[in-house]
Amino acid sequence: MSNNVVIKVENISKQYQIGQIGTGMISHDIKRWWALMRGQEDPFLKVGTENDRTKKATSDYAWALRDVNFEVKQGEALGVIGKNGAGKSTLLKLMSRVTSPTTGQIKIKGRVASLLEVGTGFHPEMTGRENIYMNGTILGMTRKEINRKFDEIVDFSGVEMYIDTPVKRYSSGMYVRLAFGVAAHLEPEILIVDEVLAVGDAEFQKKCIGKMSDVASHGRTIIFVSHNLLAVQSLCKSAIYMKSGTVADYGPTEKVINNYLSREIQNCVERKWTEDEAFGNDKITMLSARIISDKNEDGAEVIDVHTSFDVAFEFINHVDDQAINLSLVLYTTSGVCVFNVSTDSLKLSTGRHRSILRVPGKLLNDDIYTITLHFIKDTSVMILSLEDLLTFEVLDVKRGDVGWFGKWIGAVRPSLDFSLDRI
Amino acid sequence: MSSPSAENDQWDINIKSTRGLLEIDIAEIWRYRDLLVMFIVKDIVTRYKQTILGPLWFMLQPIFTAVVYTLIFSRVAKIPTNGAPPILFYLGSLTLWSYFSETFGIISKTFSENAAVLGKVYFPRLVLPLAKAISGIIKMFMQFAIFFVVLGYHMTVTHMASPNWYALSLPFLLLLLAAFSMGAGLMVTSLTSKYRDLNFLIVFGIQLYMYVTPVIYPLSITSPSKQFILWLNPLTSIFEAFKYAFLGENSGIWSNYWLGYTTLFTIVMFMIGLIMFNRVEKKFIDTI
Repeated sequence: MSNNVVIKVENISKQYQIGQIGTGMISHDIKRWWALMRGQEDPFLKVGTENDRTKKATSDYAWALRDVNFEVKQGEALGVIGKNGAGKSTLLKLMSRVTSPTTGQIKIKGRVASLLEVGTGFHPEMTGRENIYMNGTILGMTRKEINRKFDEIVDFSGVEMYIDTPVKRYSSGMYVRLAFGVAAHLEPEILIVDEVLAVGDAEFQKKCIGKMSDVASHGRTIIFVSHNLLAVQSLCKSAIYMKSGTVADYGPTEKVINNYLSREIQNCVERKWTEDEAFGNDKITMLSARIISDKNEDGAEVIDVHTSFDVAFEFINHVDDQAINLSLVLYTTSGVCVFNVSTDSLKLSTGRHRSILRVPGKLLNDDIYTITLHFIKDTSVMILSLEDLLTFEVLDVKRGDVGWFGKWIGAVRPSLDFSLDRI
Repeated sequence: MSSPSAENDQWDINIKSTRGLLEIDIAEIWRYRDLLVMFIVKDIVTRYKQTILGPLWFMLQPIFTAVVYTLIFSRVAKIPTNGAPPILFYLGSLTLWSYFSETFGIISKTFSENAAVLGKVYFPRLVLPLAKAISGIIKMFMQFAIFFVVLGYHMTVTHMASPNWYALSLPFLLLLLAAFSMGAGLMVTSLTSKYRDLNFLIVFGIQLYMYVTPVIYPLSITSPSKQFILWLNPLTSIFEAFKYAFLGENSGIWSNYWLGYTTLFTIVMFMIGLIMFNRVEKKFIDTI
């Protein structure tokens, strides 16, 4: 018996009308109403395109979710990952009962609290104290529960001095902390959390993740949507990977994350040209440029902060006996130059040549990097410059046993000998 | 093995696309009573933040309006009040009228005004209009305080007002008024969640509606044929009964027949409003 299943999602689909609501929509509404009056099925349920936001819409309807099925057991922490527009938020909205599915049903056992946003219902004119009660009751707490936790909430958010000041006078940090304070003290049997961790500073994020793993370890069920794969990895034992409104993968978090990364990370890690249309000028033409990453521990071909990789180029030299060296510059997307390395200058004959740069693991930080390549003649004259030749993302998925999931700063993250001893 | 129905029973929440016409979970609304109280508190408290007189403004507002109405309708337009002191006449009917126009106005925008909150969190949606109807009653009681002071003055000093035993019907009249305002509001907010055209008519409509309700005149000054049409307006019998009970037997007409009509009308409209609200509340967020 599946007695400890607390959430059962059965064939959930959600259709949205796209475009503006106006005179154009009313004819559809009338047709739909007419069909229902005659006891027929909604004629517009048969149409609708897959929710790919990059394509031009071919129908007035789009399916944000299509036939989603899964179960969550009591005490399980389930992560939901996927690109923007994959249907994560729609799924959460349905489970939170903000809107209802077009077809299918969701069955839930126990008290649910959902955090799709922090500070829902805050009124700027009301004081911190009044807003704690307002927000708390909106999230489903009773006045008694709030009374019991009031001091803890105030403590957690550190706004004791301003508790009787209208929240419109709060700094944005205080406002968010107070809102978080209320959210963090919810004690539902099932907690549904959307990307709320994106706000707040690193210290606060740590507090919140700590609070959430507390909740999880007390036998409560958590559904957690986030872009922060680190946080999902450390909080959730299992995960769902959503893609275009369907469940693309479901299982242990590690496996699902690897599947997600290898399918979704859009790196420009390989470019090729044929000899006829080779890219360059009359001195040098490029044939290919690519990044070859070593497989990581899980066997997935993604570059994370631990993996080493090669950058390989093939080109044709058209002028005999010219002294050439390659100069590679690595930039972060924000335009910071990370390093500039150069090969030796060699006299090359005409024909195909290859050049490989080995980049060790534990050097780059998690960031998106671009590679610019220059061909230099006689160590002084630039004869070909290829800007933004390759782009790749370095991921930070496994940080080990740390309680912090914020962004690690720095253009590089080298592994250096840094000792700490008692003397 | 358990039977299918027993298996369904073990789930606390079942989220589906449709539900019954009048499937309203009263127990759930009761569970959220603290939220209801908070919404009521918010309604009242946020109105007079950063004012020196505070809640006194609730009482001052109808006084100012009643004075203006007395000048315009009684002194300039010479509309009779059938023996009742004009200021008392206007104070009473304006208190009732402002309850209707404000409560109906705000409830008819429940979905559009609260879309931000409703899009982020679940609670029984009916709590919102219910809070508005109740906070309106609290404000109305504060305004009645002024009315009763003026009434006391005219009873004891000028002897121009003579309340009778029918005044005990006040709770019933107010309940009717509240249910009527809320029912109408629920209908309009449900109708305007997708196509907003009706909103434009409402603003205009409320203004016109005041003139077919005996707010600024006693019904008895109109001709019998017009009276019949005016009685068809469910608010007429409430306003007339109120004036009859508090101002004196000349100032209003007590009609059991028409009060019965209003009661029936209100119950039917309230039910229709509930059904419409119930149908719309699950999906309005997609089209608001």
